[in-house]
Amino acid sequence: MASRYAKGMAATDAPATPAELKERIEAGIPGATAEVSGDGHHFNAVVSAPAFQGMSRIAQHRLVYDVFGTEVGDRIHALSIQTKASETENIA
Amino acid sequence: MSDEQTTQIREAIQSAISENPVILFMKGTPDQPMCGFSARTVAILQHVGTPFAAVNILPDPRIRQELSGLSNWPTIPQLFIDGEFVGGCDIVTEMYESGELQTALGVEDANGSEPAPEPPAQEPAPLSIENRL
Repeated sequence: MASRYAKGMAATDAPATPAELKERIEAGIPGATAEVSGDGHHFNAVVSAPAFQGMSRIAQHRLVYDVFGTEVGDRIHALSIQTKASETENIA
Repeated sequence: MSDEQTTQIREAIQSAISENPVILFMKGTPDQPMCGFSARTVAILQHVGTPFAAVNILPDPRIRQELSGLSNWPTIPQLFIDGEFVGGCDIVTEMYESGELQTALGVEDANGSEPAPEPPAQEPAPLSIENRL
């Protein structure tokens, strides 16, 4: 489904939640699945997506950061990321 | 702020990155990190034993602004090796655990399989620190 949050804009003044971050990552990166934990300020996201295949770690993490734009470091105080390319068995 | 000052900060960042083989932009200093992610990254670099320059981004918000503009990376810390952006705390941790960091730094891979070291509570180590920004 389409995200109800505009890219790069704070969705709301309410504190961010792991559920919100999960929904936005999965909406923002095609085919992604995300597990997000956090306390409203510091979050940890484990993200798998086929789109990560063949990308450097930096590029993978940038895709995740890009979902949140300037909210990272602001409304989302800290976002720790681990990325995995899904369907890795298909990588030659 | 004047454009001229902003340009000066950007140029100072660029020359610091090109002049220091290993440089970490962080919150606080290696002796007194002001953020857990910066502390963890410092602890890894110290454990690996490579000398590194460190720049505290906290004194002037424009440092972070210009740095993130250059690196296209929103968070701090940011590690550069040989002029190349390597990553932040998460990527440095993963690279340390896989041994890639040691390879990139040209140091021995003796501890590659160890979990990343936790930052010491208060244990400043001697370092070459450059903080002219």
